[in-house]
Amino acid sequence: MKRLAGLLALAAGALLTLSAQAQTPRSGGELVFPVPSEPPSYDGHREETFGLIHPIAPFYNTLLRVDPNDPGGTKPYPSIAESWTVSQDGKTYTFKLRRGVKFHDGSDLTSKDVKASYDKIIFPPPGVGSTRKGQYAVVEKIEAPDPATVVFRLKQSSGSFLVGLASPWNFIYKADILAKDPHWYEKNIMGSGPFTFVEHVKGSHVVGKKNPNYWDKGKPYLDGFRAIFMRESAAQVAAVRGERAHIQFRGFTPKDRDNLKAALGDKITVQESPWDCILMVGINHEKKPFDDKRVRRALSLALDRHGASTALSQIAIVKAVAGVQVPGTPFATPPEELNKLAGYWTDAEKSRAEAKRLLREAGVPDGFQFTFTNRGIPMPYEPLGVWMIDQWRRIGLNVQQQVIEPAAYFGVIRKGDSQVHMDFQCGYIVEPDLDMYKFLSSDRNPANYGRYKDPVLDALYDKQSGETNVEKRKQLIRQFEKRLLDEEAHYLMTLQWHRIIPHSAKVKGWTITPSHYLNNTLDTVWLAE
Amino acid sequence: MGYYILKRLLAMIPTLIGVAVLIFILLRVVPGDVVEARYLTQGSQFQSQDLMDIERKKLGLDQPLWKQFTTWMTGLARLDFGLSMWTGAPITEEIKLRFALSLQLAIMASLLAQLLAIPLGILAAVKQDTWVDYAVRVFSIAGLATPSFWLGIVMILTMLIVFKWVPPMVFTPLWVNPWENLAQLIWPALAVGYRYSAVGTRMMRSAMLEVLREDYIRTARAKGLWLKLILVRHALKNAILPVLTVMSLEFAFLLGGLVVTEQVFNLNGLGMLFVEAISRRDYTLTQALVMLVATFFLIVNFVVDIAYAWLDPRIRYR
Repeated sequence: MKRLAGLLALAAGALLTLSAQAQTPRSGGELVFPVPSEPPSYDGHREETFGLIHPIAPFYNTLLRVDPNDPGGTKPYPSIAESWTVSQDGKTYTFKLRRGVKFHDGSDLTSKDVKASYDKIIFPPPGVGSTRKGQYAVVEKIEAPDPATVVFRLKQSSGSFLVGLASPWNFIYKADILAKDPHWYEKNIMGSGPFTFVEHVKGSHVVGKKNPNYWDKGKPYLDGFRAIFMRESAAQVAAVRGERAHIQFRGFTPKDRDNLKAALGDKITVQESPWDCILMVGINHEKKPFDDKRVRRALSLALDRHGASTALSQIAIVKAVAGVQVPGTPFATPPEELNKLAGYWTDAEKSRAEAKRLLREAGVPDGFQFTFTNRGIPMPYEPLGVWMIDQWRRIGLNVQQQVIEPAAYFGVIRKGDSQVHMDFQCGYIVEPDLDMYKFLSSDRNPANYGRYKDPVLDALYDKQSGETNVEKRKQLIRQFEKRLLDEEAHYLMTLQWHRIIPHSAKVKGWTITPSHYLNNTLDTVWLAE
Repeated sequence: MGYYILKRLLAMIPTLIGVAVLIFILLRVVPGDVVEARYLTQGSQFQSQDLMDIERKKLGLDQPLWKQFTTWMTGLARLDFGLSMWTGAPITEEIKLRFALSLQLAIMASLLAQLLAIPLGILAAVKQDTWVDYAVRVFSIAGLATPSFWLGIVMILTMLIVFKWVPPMVFTPLWVNPWENLAQLIWPALAVGYRYSAVGTRMMRSAMLEVLREDYIRTARAKGLWLKLILVRHALKNAILPVLTVMSLEFAFLLGGLVVTEQVFNLNGLGMLFVEAISRRDYTLTQALVMLVATFFLIVNFVVDIAYAWLDPRIRYR
C-alpha cells in the first residue's frame, strides 16, 4: 500500500509536470530565487554544498544529466553527450558528443575538454582536490580518440556508472585552461551552459544572462536569473510571499507551505517529493554495550517509525518510512517487505516488547543511561532527536541529549567520543552505490562513524555495484539492507526527508526530484505571464 | 593636549596586541576547523582524508601554532590581513563589500536615535512628572524591552500582510539609487534606532534633570532668560556629556554587532560576515574582523574623550 502511495505521489508529480509542459513555453523574464548558502569557490569538482549548484550550475553543462522531466530523478539523459554505447562486458562506455557546443568564450567544446574535466575529477594532479574521486574508482582510464568521442574504460562492470556521469557536480571545463592552471575554475566561471556569467557580489547575489549561442536551440527560455543569498528561512519565505522571488530550490517546511498557500492561494504552486536526504542514528560499536547487536536492534525496535511519519510530517521536513533507498524509486524495497525488518513492524507495542526482551537478554539494566549526541541544527534534527529520546525512554532507557554546534560536530563524532549520535547523508542522485557507500566498513569508508567492520556487508555492496541486471541487483540490495538495518542494526534509519517547494505559479518547466542538487541548469524553466 | 593625544595613541598598541593574542588562542581552542566545516558538514558519502590534508597544508593549518601566530602578526603589522580561509579572497575585499552597508546602517540608526533621544529626553526632564514625562518614559522603556530583531520581524510582516510589499533584497549604494537604498535600509535603521534612542532618552532625561537643579540654571531663570535659551545654551552643553559617551559606544557596537537584525532583513553586512566567519572557523577573517571592531572601539573612545575636552573647558588633559 505504501509503495503504491509512493508511486502515486511520483506519478502525481509527473502529471503536474506533464500538464505544465503541455503549455507553450514563453521566452523572457528573469527568474529570482533565494539561495540559503553561498559557495566558497566556483569549482564543482571540489565543493559539496548546494550553495554552489543553485547559482553556478546554469553556467555549465555536464556530459550526461538526469532527465529534467523525470520526478524520480534517476534516468540518465543526454546533455553534451548525445548518445552512448556500452560494450558487451560492461567495461567500455563510448559517448558521442554533440557538434556545435561552444564555451562562452566562443571556442568549441570537444572530447579533449571532457577528458580533461574527468581526469581532474578522477585522477586529480597533486595539490588539486576532488571530492568525489572515490565514486569513480572503477574507472581505469579515459580516452578521446576523436573530437566527438569519449571512451571510459572500467576495471569492472558497474551498475551505477552511467548514472554517476549524470552527476550535477561534473562541470565540463576547458582543457586548455586546466592545462595552464588546474585551480583556475575555483575563482573563475567559464562554461558552455545555458547562461553566461554576469556578476557575483559576495554575500549578496549572482546574476546570469541568457547564452544566445546555446547549443539547444530555443533554450533557455529565460532572459536571465538572479540568485540572492539569504540565510534566514523567514526572509526566504517573505521574499516568495512578497513576490520578490519566484522559487527557492532547496525546500520549505510544512508550516511555510501552509502559510504561503493561505496567503497567495492560486498564485502559488506546491511541488513535493520524497527527498534523498535522511538522518540516521550512528552507533559507536567500540563503546559498550553498543558492541552487542541485540542492544542496537533494541534501539531500532523501540522507534515507532509509522506513527512518527504521521505526526512529524506535520511539523518537520520528514515523512516516509525508508530503508536504504528513497521510497518510490527503482531500487527501493516495497513497504510490505520493509515492514518485516526489525524496527519497521507496524505493531509498535509488539516491537517495544521485543526491544525490552533483547535488552534484558543483553544484560542492559532498566534505566540504563547513555548520551545521544545531536547536531545543533533545528530542522529536522531537533524534532527527530526529541522523538527518538522519547521512544527510547519507553523501553526503559535513560537518554541524555548533548547538542554540538554544526561546525564542530563531525570533528567530535570522527574522534569516536560519542556513544550514539545523529548522522546524516544527502545524495545528489538516488543510486544505491551512492546511498549505501556510507555503510561500508570504517577502514574502507572513513565517513562510517559507527566504527565497525563488516566484510559480509562490504561483499554485498561490491556484488550489487558490479551487477548490471536490475532484478538481481535489487535482490542484493535487499540482502544488504537486511543485514545493515535488521541483522546487525549497524545504523538506524529515521524518516526520509520530504521536500516541499512552494513557488510562484508563474514558474513553469521545472520538475521537483528527490535531490535538491538536480534540475538547476534552468534551461527548461520559463515564466508565464 | 598634544602629549595626551600621543600617549593615548601609543596606549592603543598594547591593547590591540592583547586582543590579537586573545582571539588567536580562543579560535584555536574551539573544536573544528575550516576544512572540517567545508568537507564534513554536507552529508557527503565520500570523505577524502587526502583532500582534507591538501586543504590544511594550503591554508597553513599544518604549521605549529607559534608559526601561524607569527605569520599573522607580521602581516598585521604591515596591515596585510591575508586571505579568507573559506573563499580564498583577500580579507580587505570581503570586508570592503560589507562595510558600506554596515556603516550606513550604523549612521542612520545613530542619527535616528539621537533625533529621538535628545528632544524627548529634554522634554521629559522639563515636563517632569506630567503626562508628557510619563508618555516619554513608557516610550523609552518599550524601546529598551523590545528586541530590535523582533521589531524588525513585525515590521516586515506588517508590510507584507497589510501592504503586500517587502523591502528590496539586494543592497544598492546610496549614490547609485537613493530610493532603492533607503527603501531597504530605513526599516532596520528604524528598528535599531528606536532601541538605541531608548537608552539615550533615559540618559538625557536624568542628565538634564541633574543640570536643571544647578544654581546657575536657577540664576538664569531668575534673571528672566527664555527657557529655550537656558536649555540650549546652558543646560544642554553640560547634560550632553554622558549621553555622548553612551551613544558613541553604541555606534561602535552597531558596526559589527547587528547580527540578528541583518539576518531578519537579509542585509549583507559585517554582522552576518562575523557570524559566518566564526561558524565556518575562518580564522583569518574572524581575527581581522575582531581587530577591526576593537580598533574602531578604541578610536571612538578616544574621539569621545577629546570631544569632552572641547565641550567642557574645565577638562584639561595632560
